[in-house]
Amino acid sequence: METPSYLNDGHGLKSWLLTKDHKRIALLYLASVTAFFVVGGLFAMLIRLELLTPAGDLLTSETYNKMFTMHGVVMVFFFLIPSIPAVLGNFFIPIMVGAKDLAFPRINLISWYIYILGGLFTFAAALSGGVDTGWTFYTPYSTAAANSHVVLAALGVFITGFSSILTGLNFIVTIHRMRAPGMTWFRLPLFVWSHYATSLIMILGTPVIAITVLLVAAERVLHMGIFDPALGGDPVLFQHLFWFYSHPAVYIMILPAMGVISEIVQTFSRKNIFGYSFVAFSSLAIAIIGFLVWGHHLFIAGQSVYAGLIFSFISFLVAIPSAIKVFNWTATIYRGSVALDSPMLYAFGFIGLFTIGGLTGLFLAAMGLDIHVHDTYFVVAHFHYIMVGGAIMGYLGGLHYWWPKMTGRLYSEFWAKIAAGLVFIGFNLTFFPQFVAGYLGMPRRYHEYPPELQVWNVMSSAGASILAVGYALPLMYLTYSMFAGVRSSADPWGAKGLEWEVPSPPPTANFEGTPIVTHGTHQYAPSKEVGIA
Amino acid sequence: MFTNLPFFPEQASAQAGQVDAIYFFMVAVTAFFALLIAALIVIFAIKYRRRDDEEIGVAIHGSLALELMWTIVPLGIAMVMFAWGAKVFFDLYRPPQGAMEIFIVGKQWMWKAQHADGTREINELHVPIGRPVKLIMGSEDVIHSYYIPSFRVKADVIPGRYNSMWFTATKPGKYKLFCAEYCGTRHSGMIGWVTAMDPLDFQAWLGGGTTTASPVAAGEKLFNDLACNSCHTPGPQARGPALAGIYGKSIQLQGGGSATVDDAYIRESIVNPQAKIVAGFQPIMPTFQGLVSEEQLLQLIAYVRSVGQQPAPTGTPGS
Amino acid sequence: MPDSRMHAEHYPGPLHNPPVRSAEVQRSASHAHHPKLQHHFDDMDQQLEASTLGMWVFLVTEIMFFGGLFMAYLMYRWANPTAFQEASAHLNKFWGAVNTIVLIVSSLTMAMAVRSAQTSARPRTQVAWLLATMSFGTAFLGVKVVEYSDKFQHHLVPGPHFQWPGQYPAGAEIFYSLYFCMTGLHAIHMIIGLGLMTVIAIMAGRGKFNGAYYTPVEISGLYWHFVDIVWIFLFPLLYLIGAHYGAGH
Repeated sequence: METPSYLNDGHGLKSWLLTKDHKRIALLYLASVTAFFVVGGLFAMLIRLELLTPAGDLLTSETYNKMFTMHGVVMVFFFLIPSIPAVLGNFFIPIMVGAKDLAFPRINLISWYIYILGGLFTFAAALSGGVDTGWTFYTPYSTAAANSHVVLAALGVFITGFSSILTGLNFIVTIHRMRAPGMTWFRLPLFVWSHYATSLIMILGTPVIAITVLLVAAERVLHMGIFDPALGGDPVLFQHLFWFYSHPAVYIMILPAMGVISEIVQTFSRKNIFGYSFVAFSSLAIAIIGFLVWGHHLFIAGQSVYAGLIFSFISFLVAIPSAIKVFNWTATIYRGSVALDSPMLYAFGFIGLFTIGGLTGLFLAAMGLDIHVHDTYFVVAHFHYIMVGGAIMGYLGGLHYWWPKMTGRLYSEFWAKIAAGLVFIGFNLTFFPQFVAGYLGMPRRYHEYPPELQVWNVMSSAGASILAVGYALPLMYLTYSMFAGVRSSADPWGAKGLEWEVPSPPPTANFEGTPIVTHGTHQYAPSKEVGIA
Repeated sequence: MFTNLPFFPEQASAQAGQVDAIYFFMVAVTAFFALLIAALIVIFAIKYRRRDDEEIGVAIHGSLALELMWTIVPLGIAMVMFAWGAKVFFDLYRPPQGAMEIFIVGKQWMWKAQHADGTREINELHVPIGRPVKLIMGSEDVIHSYYIPSFRVKADVIPGRYNSMWFTATKPGKYKLFCAEYCGTRHSGMIGWVTAMDPLDFQAWLGGGTTTASPVAAGEKLFNDLACNSCHTPGPQARGPALAGIYGKSIQLQGGGSATVDDAYIRESIVNPQAKIVAGFQPIMPTFQGLVSEEQLLQLIAYVRSVGQQPAPTGTPGS
Repeated sequence: MPDSRMHAEHYPGPLHNPPVRSAEVQRSASHAHHPKLQHHFDDMDQQLEASTLGMWVFLVTEIMFFGGLFMAYLMYRWANPTAFQEASAHLNKFWGAVNTIVLIVSSLTMAMAVRSAQTSARPRTQVAWLLATMSFGTAFLGVKVVEYSDKFQHHLVPGPHFQWPGQYPAGAEIFYSLYFCMTGLHAIHMIIGLGLMTVIAIMAGRGKFNGAYYTPVEISGLYWHFVDIVWIFLFPLLYLIGAHYGAGH
């Protein structure tokens, strides 16, 4: 009665837990990143509740410190980094390049198990008493002073890093070697380009954080002196190694979201992207330049002024490719046939919030100004605009866009629009006041704060409750649609791309045979060659 | 509650205006671009809304002229911001000659300060207005960060090395002092007050405070108590280099290379004496790591510096 | 202008030609299915290329992994030049040199193993080369055990029991921290390599590899050469920088 699809090709737990199908693995990731997102969100709610009042009256300082640490660790390493690549990328990259699966299906499954194992370590750290170093694990606090479960958490991060490396490796090889005949580099969907850039960061950056947290663990357990000045080490070396990965890691979060937005903007404008090659190459530019800016986290950490000067300069440079993308998206809408379906609302939300996040990044790149705002809520607001306003908006937009394809069902457009609106409003109310609080001097990671800053914190906590509703809604209507949604056609949006030419949900092998590609994606109007600007 | 709600901290130092100026500039420029993008998107979304289900957009593939424009114009603006930000940083980074020096030691979770005359305070700092003040800072345990929002200054305080920062307070008053780098359980309790006073009031305050020996005097006492003076004496038979006149100078190291005698070098020579040996001497000095506290180190450095800034004696052994 | 916008009838066709037919043709035209061809690859060439590229990408990752440690080494050596020389002089150059030669020879035997599989040599020949590689690898680890236990006996393992007879205890402790981290990480890679070799040797013994299919041997070989090259960097940086220092005393 049902048409064969990857969803009904095998039943029972085993057919899921031992699957090598990239689409099923994507759903495994979807379930697990959602679980981590809920956990990380609960930590965030406790933080916002505590900060309602200036005094530390809800949690003790120890607990508060553990809350923001766990919030950061869970959200960064277990939600943001895997979210779009491991769920949407996993599902759609093979289909978009016209392949039956990723190059290494078994490694793909293994990387999910590695991710879960890393998650278990982190949970073990949380349950056995928590970690209080902040997600940055700065030495010598993490190696010499903290008496919480740093080693367990560090191992969790170390292990889950390999999941990320293997995912990136799989994507790179797939994009290089698995493209269908006719799928040339400049016919690739921009979603694939952005994942290619992301994968480069994953394979080049992640090993450095892996070895760094391993050294932290070694220093704690074996008292080897690498970072602790009391043992002859240099604590700032840790910061260099840490940010060498962790700054590019921000691009691991935002580049895939940019890829999602490029797809959505084209589909809902019924128009190919403006300046394809500029958008494609700006992804690579971000990935490459992004490796050279880590020192802007150390302007006031005693780094040489001249090093700081170079890092500041390059940090301004890395803003340019992002600006190019924003301008090109805007130009794509120009003279399009614009439909404001829920994915497009998320995309507009992304562009607005990412623009604010990106522009406030310039404030932090300006050395003289960074002295004042460094380590204040200004920074907190800035990176939440990028990571939550940018990456999560992109993730939700992509999830709504491809949901009919992934599940074969349509969700309630009405609720989806409400949720998109709530997320946008709630987000701005939560994080915009933090810019002001930050410039007023409120340092980050403060359990108690001066009473005159309460106004901004109350606004922020109020916004967070709206945001929570905005995030809870999709959880409900998307889950509901999985079982009771209207069945979707192969191409519910009238979009153009390989993924819309296979049935919804796709069959296990994606294509019946190898597709032969004759032109680029999102070619709505008759035209010569799509994509080359 | 919302009346008189400030958006900016008070400007209470000579630097605050400089930082706020670039801030206003950037707020204006970025607000312009953010609103421009938002307006364009809203206008396009309305003007080009889909009017029937089958409608598609116009195939436009791009425009090199436009791409160049929105690459070069933002780049130009970014470069202005970069240059301005760098200039402000350099101004805030280089203390002027003759700044009043105060030693700061951070430890979990308090700030200790010691003035040149030996006056000490905890979680407070008194400074005169109208005079450049340079803070020389070290940490006894983990990384902290000394932050006075109203002065728009901040610098990390890192164990194992010295960082400094400077400011000129302009307005008498009490200003908040924060630790900005997460340092453990009571991080948010590592706060205090900076009091800027009229120079005359400041002198009076200094006189009335709990004065101990000045850092230089305390350092000299330590220098003798720890028997540093048994080796570091002038004369040909001395086992360690004489200190007079060496501060700020470049010295030749054993095994080639040279080093400048600054606070960091003096500190390293005390806690890790074997790291850089002055040419012509044996590596016989023991380490004093763990024997002297961070505060005592600062005192020793103050003393070595005071001696080191005197001209090298000609012939007669000095104090 | 809305009126200039196109309408649906102008849509170009689907992105690809109707897939079923063309693909059927392609598939039947391609040479007979090798039993080792995984379902998602079109042919053996694509499979080999993908696996090889995958291993290269993985090795790039490995370079960055060791890169963090080399960075730390450079920084601390720059800060403690003499201490590093003194500490290095206490390492056993003889055993280090022996191990270097052992690894270089093992790289040769590994290359021969790959070649024997590629040229469809008899399974016994393939296994022999692999076993030779494994025995050199084991010999390397054996020497490492001797060296490590010597360091334990002389209290040269960083931590509370570290004792340094020389003049630069602080710098020497950092040197030995890096020594153990770098050579330890390298040794772990050797052990993983030996595990790989065991699997490959068993498969080779069962006659799984020949000129049409030798991907696992090829990529294991890449890995093995990489681990050797890391040692080629570790040996001079750790063992040889103290040569002049030792001679001078």
